[in-house]
Amino acid sequence: MAGISDAELKQMTQEERVTALGMRTEQLTGKTLYIEFDPGAEERFTYPWAPDVDFNKRTEIDSDDMTTTEVNAKIRELMSEGYGTIVLKNPRGKHSLGVGILSKLNLIIEGSTGYFGVGLIDGPNVRINGRVGWSCAENMMSGTVVVEKNAGSTFGAAIRGGDLVCKGSVGSRTGIDQKGGTIIVGGDTGALSGFMMQRGRMVVCGNAGKNLGDSMYDGTIYVGGEIKSCGVDAVPAELTDLDKAWLTRKLTQYELMPDKGVDHFTKIVAGKQLWNYDNLEPNEKKIVL
Amino acid sequence: MCGIAGIIYKGRSADVGGDMTAMLQALKHRGPDSTGYAVYGQPSEGDYVMRLKVAEAEDMDSGSKIHQIIKDRIETVEEILEEHGASVKSKEPATEYALRYVLSHDGDTGKMAEHIEETEGVEILSMGNGLELIKDLGDATVVSEMYGLKDFKGTHAIGHTRMATESDVDIKSAHPYWAFPYNDVSVVHNGQITNYWIMRREMERKGHRFMSNCDSELLAVYTANNLANGMSLEDSLTKSIEEIDGVFTYLVATKDQLGMAKDTMAAKPLVLYESDDMIAMASEEVAIRAIKPEEIDTYDPYDEEVRVWQA
Repeated sequence: MAGISDAELKQMTQEERVTALGMRTEQLTGKTLYIEFDPGAEERFTYPWAPDVDFNKRTEIDSDDMTTTEVNAKIRELMSEGYGTIVLKNPRGKHSLGVGILSKLNLIIEGSTGYFGVGLIDGPNVRINGRVGWSCAENMMSGTVVVEKNAGSTFGAAIRGGDLVCKGSVGSRTGIDQKGGTIIVGGDTGALSGFMMQRGRMVVCGNAGKNLGDSMYDGTIYVGGEIKSCGVDAVPAELTDLDKAWLTRKLTQYELMPDKGVDHFTKIVAGKQLWNYDNLEPNEKKIVL
Repeated sequence: MCGIAGIIYKGRSADVGGDMTAMLQALKHRGPDSTGYAVYGQPSEGDYVMRLKVAEAEDMDSGSKIHQIIKDRIETVEEILEEHGASVKSKEPATEYALRYVLSHDGDTGKMAEHIEETEGVEILSMGNGLELIKDLGDATVVSEMYGLKDFKGTHAIGHTRMATESDVDIKSAHPYWAFPYNDVSVVHNGQITNYWIMRREMERKGHRFMSNCDSELLAVYTANNLANGMSLEDSLTKSIEEIDGVFTYLVATKDQLGMAKDTMAAKPLVLYESDDMIAMASEEVAIRAIKPEEIDTYDPYDEEVRVWQA
């Protein structure tokens, strides 16, 4: 604090104060941990119990008269028989379908799922030709999940890796506690999306609800439409050429590229003013408050 | 946790009892303690349908005397009806302790209802031109069968499966709730209201009665109070988001409307389906799929969202 008086601090802009106090010592852009998912990489399949499946070996499950437990047990049974492509028919909004799949698999769900669909997965490629309920792909570690219609709240809560895509709109608290990976929303997202986000990237092509990125520690959020409001410590940042290139590649990959390109996207990052709050000097606390 | 569901057909009557039963049965895992329905048949001006209970379901295990007590209570109720000039057009016992009356009455129905409820153990579940409110312990299939709801035709309905958390497992704590002085309003709710006692005292000062200690009843009283004061259903729902604290999603039905409201945190779920001829909503998609198994588009309403549909 030495060398900077209260009077001087008052004259500064918020940005200048944060820098002068040494609270921002690095460029925020490009900091987010990002690991590209490569489904062909051998080292990905490290679980000793992971079955060796063949993507060309395809089968179907009609889940109409089955319980969730029976469906999930059937998926495992088929994987142990080497089936690498499983089509799940008539899910009828059942909860917790396809959870805990820890190896490569093409899972195609023909319809809509309920809560906690494909949670805790590590590796499969999932396509859901319907809507998903709350907490889709919670704690996902790697793989891809593509939802063709809308999604409920807490979409991608606490995911650590992989690509999670919803082509429609999603509910509130999307990517709450996100720790890695990429969440892409083709439509709008609700309030408190990116709440306590730690790492990873979130892309919202439409509008975002109130308190976007509230209390985020790190990570990056890109929004193509209107942002109702940013949460505490979520601040806009410069959209760099690197960001634009990444957005273009990802949105093209999932057929969500807007006609007008990606230049209009707003980038939101953590202001990091809430970090180490207890260690701040009184003058620094005044700024944060 | 609790499960809520609603259905409204646009400009037509349909098998609302059967549809609501299928939806509520699919939500049984969200609340196995009791199930309740508010179903709206064809409104008939001048005639009132009164549903009431004269004992709790668990009272039936309290000994042989309960049968005589029930008979006495019914007799008292009918004396009060006569005293207020109400003529009974039909009387159907749904169970030994729950009855359905069709009444013709020109006087003050509020005063008559208050008089009836002064009888020990008697609670009016609903009284209105279109509304019929049924609630009892057990899942949807059990309650539907007990009260003959399978063939109930109507324009709209709301329903509830209850997991008791803050009040007893009994009929008076089961949803839906109904309130004076607006006869045909009913409410189902999923959530917790944190300024319940403050709001309740405010409503009690205005003269409203509360039959339970369940926070959801407040929403029924609050809505009935607003509607009776000339407020539209949409305005009442919007105002409630500002005035009611807590996390909630609730549905309100009136004689010809169905509405929904979600709190500022959007912490309680609701899935919506809209088509040209019907709107269905429920805490979980699985309930909507119980009546629409084909592939359909559904979505989650956002925080502070209010919607109202016309029958």
